[in-house]
Amino acid sequence: MNKLSRLLMFLAALSLGLLFLSPMWKIYLKAPQYPEGLEMHIWVNKISGSSESVLQNFNILNHYIGMEPIHAESFAELKIMPYIVIAFMITGAIIALAGKWKLILYWVILLMIGGAVGVLDFYLWLVKFGTNLSPEAPIKVPGMTYIPPLLGRKQLLNFEALSLPSTGSLGILLALIFAAIAYYVSRKNKSKEQTLITT
Amino acid sequence: MRELLGNLKTIAAGVGLPLALISGLFLQSCSESNRSTANTEGVDEDVAKAVYVAPGKHDELYSFLSGGFNGQVSVYGIPSGRLLKVIPVFSQFPENGYGYNEETRPMLMTSHGFVPWDDLHHPKLSRAEGMADGRWLFVNGNNTPRVARVDLTTFETVEIMEIPNSAGNHCSPYPTNNNEYILAGTRFSVPLDLAKGGMGDASLEEYKDKFRGSISFIKVDKDKGDMELDFQVLVPGFDYDLANGGKGPSGDWVFFTTYNTEKARTMKELGASQNDKDYLAAINWKLAAKYAAEGKAHEMPANYYHNKMDHGTHKATSTIKKKVRYLLPEECPGMMYLLPAPKSPHGIDVDPTGEYMVVNGKLASTLPVFSFSKMQKAIEDKAFDGEVNGIPVFKYDAVLYGEVKEPGLGPLHTEFDGKGNAYSTMFVSSEVVKWNVKDLKVLDRMPVYYSPGHLMIPGGDTKEPYGKYLVVMNKITKDRYLPTGPELVHSAQLIDISGDKMRMLLDFPTLAEPHYAQGIPADKVAPNSVKFFKLDQNTHPEAVKKEADASVTRQGKNVKVNMTSIRSHFVPDNIEGVQVGDTVIFHVTNLEQDWDVPHGFAVMGADNAETLIMPGATQSLRWVPKQAGVYPFYCTDFCSALHQEMQGYIRVSPKGSNVPIKFSSGEKKSVPPPNGGPSSAGMN
Repeated sequence: MNKLSRLLMFLAALSLGLLFLSPMWKIYLKAPQYPEGLEMHIWVNKISGSSESVLQNFNILNHYIGMEPIHAESFAELKIMPYIVIAFMITGAIIALAGKWKLILYWVILLMIGGAVGVLDFYLWLVKFGTNLSPEAPIKVPGMTYIPPLLGRKQLLNFEALSLPSTGSLGILLALIFAAIAYYVSRKNKSKEQTLITT
Repeated sequence: MRELLGNLKTIAAGVGLPLALISGLFLQSCSESNRSTANTEGVDEDVAKAVYVAPGKHDELYSFLSGGFNGQVSVYGIPSGRLLKVIPVFSQFPENGYGYNEETRPMLMTSHGFVPWDDLHHPKLSRAEGMADGRWLFVNGNNTPRVARVDLTTFETVEIMEIPNSAGNHCSPYPTNNNEYILAGTRFSVPLDLAKGGMGDASLEEYKDKFRGSISFIKVDKDKGDMELDFQVLVPGFDYDLANGGKGPSGDWVFFTTYNTEKARTMKELGASQNDKDYLAAINWKLAAKYAAEGKAHEMPANYYHNKMDHGTHKATSTIKKKVRYLLPEECPGMMYLLPAPKSPHGIDVDPTGEYMVVNGKLASTLPVFSFSKMQKAIEDKAFDGEVNGIPVFKYDAVLYGEVKEPGLGPLHTEFDGKGNAYSTMFVSSEVVKWNVKDLKVLDRMPVYYSPGHLMIPGGDTKEPYGKYLVVMNKITKDRYLPTGPELVHSAQLIDISGDKMRMLLDFPTLAEPHYAQGIPADKVAPNSVKFFKLDQNTHPEAVKKEADASVTRQGKNVKVNMTSIRSHFVPDNIEGVQVGDTVIFHVTNLEQDWDVPHGFAVMGADNAETLIMPGATQSLRWVPKQAGVYPFYCTDFCSALHQEMQGYIRVSPKGSNVPIKFSSGEKKSVPPPNGGPSSAGMN
């Protein structure tokens, strides 16, 4: 592994740090009574929003349709995920230092799987909250479920919901790109070296 | 009829033009019978554009109009004239519980007991460098002498201080250019007992010898705005009417109009109107403060209330002050002078440069303008014409700049546009007169309806007026609006003063009787407006911050209900164990943390009011049930789709019954919720 690929691999590990600096996903809600909008921000380790009390306000609105209240404490993922991300960062850095180019491939594959599992988990939560409605809900619309969109726009009664990945997710994307280039560069170098040896 | 016309119009729209014309005629003939006889002369066709604030748009300025005898301040948007808020100050306000709930009742305490009303005359915005800074609004209570402070981040009254040795706090409150002091002068002079403190006893025949006036110097905390009565100046026994601070070169001075320098005690309408000239009193406030600091002040016993609202608890507490310091002008040379001013002057207004003092002699035929630089020279030259109580009186000509000839009849108040012009109200000839301050020539006249009192140009009393609009507050309404029986609202009019000629823009109704107003560009106030109170900063001792902590406790004959409200339920909403003879206090905390979600609380038979609780705040309502029964309580402010369901019951048992205290909200479910999720039974 040459200097460039080591640097790239290091950057890949570092990019994951973005997950701690900004949310992975944002859900925007708009309704006639909320001209300022309501935003829920999903982080690797917490849930926040456009204002301090956004979760409380989400829950107040959701309780009319019988949705279970959302509390950050009820998601084990928020406790586990930070460790997984840190593990990826550390292993990424080790790979960069150790210069084992073949390991990059495994790291990338594992990270992709991790990301996909994350998105799937997120989707399952959306389905759970959107469909697991209290039978005692004050407002019941026959046949209506309230699964927020995973990606894109959806009208849920008076709310227009928009769901988009945010800067935190960009960290994963960058990590994948940097690592992929690092792998590509070091593999090219390796094959060059091998050619040199054999000739 | 309106419905019929509406229908006609709809039909017309459907059928086409001919019918539209017919219904148009209908409309015409109908409005004919309702036609206003009020004067619309001089109102241009296109003025609507100048005052129209489209739906969803905001006004350019805030204006604060005093409410006079309603004890409140009304906030209007300018130029639309839309009412934005009513701020209760000296009066109980059942609309939100101010003065009724336990938190705000202490605000209205005085040495005379609980006084839930006052005559609120003059709003004055706090100042920085001679300009309104949009932080606080100071107002006076005329009847039971008080000065109050309204916080413009919350638009709530946060402080009320009683003024001792004053009997009618009319000449108040006037801030200096950086709120160093708020000045408050008494309208009525009374006998003061310097030894025992407060009002003494005297025969009314002894008016001339024993009655005195007082001018209070209230210190204002630079950061918090808290007031403190620093000292008073005990002045001759005249009536002190209005005041205004100097600016620029005259920034160290404050000027007060006086009348009844005759010291008449009865039939003052004649007795106080005998002298051709009364006085404009000039006080050097900086020198007064220096004298007070240097030990010239005496101390006398006093008894006055100082009520403050705590930021964190939203609870008011009263402290009783027992002393006051005072200065005697005769012992403080150079502090106070008298300028002879014709005749029973009302308003005193200092122009933006600080050089010209305009005295509005309501019974005078001319409008005198005094010169500050001439006054300085007169002090140097000792151009005096005797003295009163040891206070030098200037020679009239030594301090007079000039007189506006034939300004109109009954001048009351003047404001300035910052372009060298002054605008004065003429009560008797019912007009606003524009004149040039330098050459004293009348430039324009605008008839107003009817009999204007005060007028206000936003910032017109500061060093840089916002000279685009003028609001004139009229004392007589008559035919300006649809009739509403004998009692009518007062009427204000908005005038465009941006051009050479005044342009009448708008009539708008005002609450009770505005005496004066303040205006300020919206961007000085709006960005600081609080949206809701943070629950974690609520330090009210009875606050309940989560539903699980709600409680009902008995202490002897008192039952304390610590309750929460959130869309759309109270916790607890079922209460038992109260008995006839108990006093119940509901401490309701609004758990909401969002903008514009107040919850109200009302309980059947309450003999005070409801109370309206802003998000994050706690308010307490006292309730003494008189009979056994089951009483409903409910949220009074339509808060959500399930507002009508936001209610509960409190059971009152006969005296001596053995029903234990019990409270709950929601019922435990016997069947666990599907999918084994965390139980959301009861309250979530």
